[in-house]
Order: sequence, then structure tokens, then C-alpha cells
Amino acid sequence: MYQFTTRTRAGSATAVAVLVAIVAGLALPAVASRGVIQNLFFILTMLTLAQIWNLLAGYGGLVSVGQQAFVGIGAYAMFAGVIRFGWNPLLAIPLGGVAALLLAIPTAFFAFRLQGAYFAIGTWVMAEVTRLLIAQWKALGGGTGTSLPRDATSNILGVNAIRGLFAVREAAARDILAYWLALVLVVAATGGVYWLLRSRLGLALTAVRDNIDAAQSVGVDAVRLKWAVFLIAAAATGLTGALIFLQTARISPDAAFALTDWTANVIFIVVIGGIGTIEGPIFGVLVFFALRSFLADYGSWYLMTLGMIAIAVMLFAPRGLWGLISARADLHLFPVRRRLVGQKIEGLE
Amino acid sequence: MIWLDTLVQGILLGGLYALFAAGLSLVFGIMRLVNLAHGDLIVFAAYLVLVGVTRLGLSPWVAALLAAPLMFALGWLLQSLVLNRVLGKDILPPLLVTFGLSVALQNGLLEAFSADSRRIPAGALERASLDLGLVTIGVMPLLTFASAILAILALNGLFYHTALGRAFRATSDDAVTAGLMGIEPKRVFATATGIAMVVVTLAALYLGMRANFDPSIGPARLIYAFEAVIIGGLGSLWGTLAGGVIIGVAQTFGAALNPEWQILAGHIGFLSVMLLRPRGLFPRAVD
Repeated sequence: MYQFTTRTRAGSATAVAVLVAIVAGLALPAVASRGVIQNLFFILTMLTLAQIWNLLAGYGGLVSVGQQAFVGIGAYAMFAGVIRFGWNPLLAIPLGGVAALLLAIPTAFFAFRLQGAYFAIGTWVMAEVTRLLIAQWKALGGGTGTSLPRDATSNILGVNAIRGLFAVREAAARDILAYWLALVLVVAATGGVYWLLRSRLGLALTAVRDNIDAAQSVGVDAVRLKWAVFLIAAAATGLTGALIFLQTARISPDAAFALTDWTANVIFIVVIGGIGTIEGPIFGVLVFFALRSFLADYGSWYLMTLGMIAIAVMLFAPRGLWGLISARADLHLFPVRRRLVGQKIEGLE
Repeated sequence: MIWLDTLVQGILLGGLYALFAAGLSLVFGIMRLVNLAHGDLIVFAAYLVLVGVTRLGLSPWVAALLAAPLMFALGWLLQSLVLNRVLGKDILPPLLVTFGLSVALQNGLLEAFSADSRRIPAGALERASLDLGLVTIGVMPLLTFASAILAILALNGLFYHTALGRAFRATSDDAVTAGLMGIEPKRVFATATGIAMVVVTLAALYLGMRANFDPSIGPARLIYAFEAVIIGGLGSLWGTLAGGVIIGVAQTFGAALNPEWQILAGHIGFLSVMLLRPRGLFPRAVD
């Protein structure tokens, strides 16, 4: 019997390490301070956005610079659920995913009409249009934005249980809840991308990225595939946006649709870590966070440095930092390459 | 006559957007490069002119004349040292490099010149106007529009009536074959980006004299420029002017209805054209 497998020893070791890390991550609030939890929340949400953008650009070849549209619409939909419909904030988060999915349909319709690199411009224009329209929505504060009402933030499902569990104040309990949700989301996003890449869909995706004509000639429907990836990525980005602004509890069009925060930083994370690999964004987010902590006091120098590093990486190590490591050591923590395994074939030497 | 006035102001505003876009259109036409740092390069050139005016006491026109060769050199170096290395079949590397450059340039300008909004002083010209009976138009918008037309005439002349232009067109059609005929594509690309940066200096001069600017406004200007290029059809300079005029007219009519709708109306104008003519109004080549 012969079969294809993507399983390797490094991959199995990683799976065990990831499981241990997840359990440790869930238990962490028992010992970690509120500051640590907030930093981890930031890292995990940025990593989620980075994994999603990597799926779009690194695997799907769709370089979007308009992902802030989906972060923003997701966050605003969550706020609308709470403020307009009186939903519990926790239950309003899925609304963010749905709203982003709906916005992705016209965005894809327009952006897919533009060829090659102009796709990026199409997504950007749609993000601007969405920001300008949302700024007209007076019930949610218009251009100046609004906050989640006090009685909504104090009644988030599960916060009371966390307060009892860890004996912390309400605000800290809210951070812990957001952190746990971010952990779930990052595992779902990373696991989802990994699962997707090992599935038939992933095989089709990488085939289209590498050679669209050859892929189409063996029956891959490239257009449908691009739509699928774009919509999935939008919905996941919308959920992440809703969660990010659940934690901050305050929203404005400029913050929710910020090109720098939700797209530029995310692109730098993926490029520096290594585009087109699952390990890349994980490495990238660590480098990003370290740079941010060291250069936080130097204002705009920090973004300037990030931009220069990204240029240098594209020029001298286009596969990113992880690419350098994995090429040297032939190491793949999340193996997606298919290999044929089975008995040795007799008579072949 | 308010509608006629709005229309004329919109057309003249379109001249400014066409100037923003002409350099982009040129570079895309020759090497299929989408430069996401173009808007920030315009702002950079505006600061260069401003330094000439405030520190050296030059008139804005002389300052721009001095800034143009500097910008040409900058474009030449940018293309030969950085962009030529990433150009290829894969569209991802040049996009990401110019995106990184955009963020680096914006924050570098912020560090050097602070976030204060500045303006290039243009003296009496700022407020001069012409009464044409039906409408009154500002001299500055008129000069901008005339400069856009002159720039496009000059670029088209260069493109279709000189040896350099022939090299541009040959490289655009087929860089490998052009190479066999003794043309060095990388040098051609570097010259093209240098020329685009001279147009950028002209755009920067009017940007700075007409309104306030600060280090963060590049991306917003870039988006209008891209819309103009896409509406016009990739690679057609007159199409780019038409695209700029469409965005400008949509914006002034939007603003006439409600000042908050100005920018939104421009984007909606762009999306409407995309809906009806996905390849733009005057597509020159099949890409």
C-alpha cells in the first residue's frame, strides 16, 4: 500500500509542543500579571491577522492592502450589536465575522476586476470607502467614535466566573476573557490555515500560485478558489477586529480602519518572518514585538526601522528570517509537503 | 451658474490629480511597476522645494528647478539600487518593497519636519483669479491644469519622437528582445524612474503651493493618482488626464452637495467607472 503523507518527525514534535503551549497559555492568567496578559493579547491578535494575510498573499497571491476594512467593519458590527440591539458583547463578536463576510463580496467583485498589482489598490479604495461611510453613521458616534456602554461591559458573559476563579477586578477579568478568546482565535486561524494547506483546496491554491495556467489545465477553478480564500480571510479578519475592539471597548473610524495598525504592521510581520510559511508569521510577530518594545520611546523611528528592515528582507532574504533558518537546517515545523510512503518497490535499485 | 462653476473647478482640480498620476502612469507603462511610495515621494519633493524657499530664500519656481535634478538622481538610484533587484514575474516583491519605502519615508519626514502642516509660499499668485464672465477661476488651478497638459505633451513627445522614447517602448513591449538590440533594460528603467521623479517635483510644487501638507498625506494623494491611472486605462497618459478630471469633477460635485462627501464622491466615481469599463476608458495595451 502506498499513500501520500505530510507527516514528519519535526512536525509531530511541533504538534506536541503546540499542545503543551496551548494548555500553558490557558492556565497562564493564574500566575501572570495584567500587563503580561495585555501584551500577549496584542501579540496573539497580531499573529492571527498575520496568519490570515499570509494565507491571502503568501499562498493565494492576493496582495491586499485593505484588510483594515474588515477589522473595522467587524469591530463596528460588534459595537452595533451591543449598542443598537442590546446584545451581550461576547455574542456580538460573530456579528463582526458576518459583516466582514458581507463586505468582502462587493470588495472582491471590484478588486478582482483589476489586474495584477492593481488588485492591491482596489482593496485599498474599498477600505477607504467603508471608512468614510462608517464615519457618517451618527448612531455609532460618526467621525469621533463611541465607547461600549458601562452596563454592557460589566455584564459580559463569563467575566463573573473569571473574577471568582482568579479573584481579580472586573477590568482584569475582561482582559483575561479577551486573552482566552484571542488564544482560541490564533489556534483556529493557524490550525485552519494548516489544515487548509494539507487539504485538496490547499494543493489547488499552491498550484495556482506557482503556475496558474498549469493549474487550470488540470481542472483547478482558479476564480472560485480566489473568491473562497478572500471570503474566508475577510470573515476571520472581521472576528479578530471585533475581539480587538471588545478589549479596548472604544472605537473610532480612524482607529478601526487604521492602515498602519491593521495592514502595514501585519505585512511587516509576515515579510520579516517569512512569507508563504506558517512558521514565518510566528517568528515575525516575535521580532515585531521585540522591536516595538525597544523602540517604543523613539516615536516614528520605530515605524521607519520596520519599513527599512522589510525592504532589506525583500532584497536580501525574500523568504524571511524563517526562510533562512529552514533552508539551512531543512527544518519544517508545520510540514505541508506531500511525500509518498509505503513498502520499498521490488526490483528497483 | 453654480453647477457650471462646480464643473470648471472640478476639471481644474483634475489637472492636479493628473500631475500626481503622470509619473505613476509612465513607470507602470514601461516596467509594470506599481509604486506604492509615489505619494510619499511627492510629499518628499514638496519638502525639498519648501527647504529651498524657506532656507535659501529662493522663489518656489527656482527651488523646484533645483529640486528636479536632485529628484531625478534619487529616482535613478532608487531604481538601480533597489527596484531593479525585485522586478520580475512575481508581483509581490516590488509591491512589498515600495510599501516598506512608503512607511519609512513617511516616518522619516515626520522625524525631520514634525507633523505641523506647511505650505510653500507663492505670494500674490495664491489669491489671484480671472473673471471669465460666466465663471471666475483661480490663476493657480489654471496654471496647474496647464502644467499637467504641458507635462503630458512633453512625456508623449519624449515617448514617441526620441531615441530614448523608442527604447522605452521597445523595453515595455519585450525587455529581452530589446536587450538583444543593444538596449540595457535596467538603465532604461532607471532613466524612466528618474523622469517620473521630475514630474513628481512638478506635482509637488503645485501640491505645496495650493494647500497645506504634512508628512502623512502621501497615501491619500496616491490613491487619487491610482484611480486616475486605472480609469484612464493602463499606459495611456491622456487617459490619465481624463481619469484625473473624472475624479476631480466627482469630488467637487460631491462637495457641493455636502462638504463631508467630497472624498467619498471621488471614490464612488472611480468605482462606477470600474463597474462599466473594467479596463478603463482608453486601454493602450493588453497586459
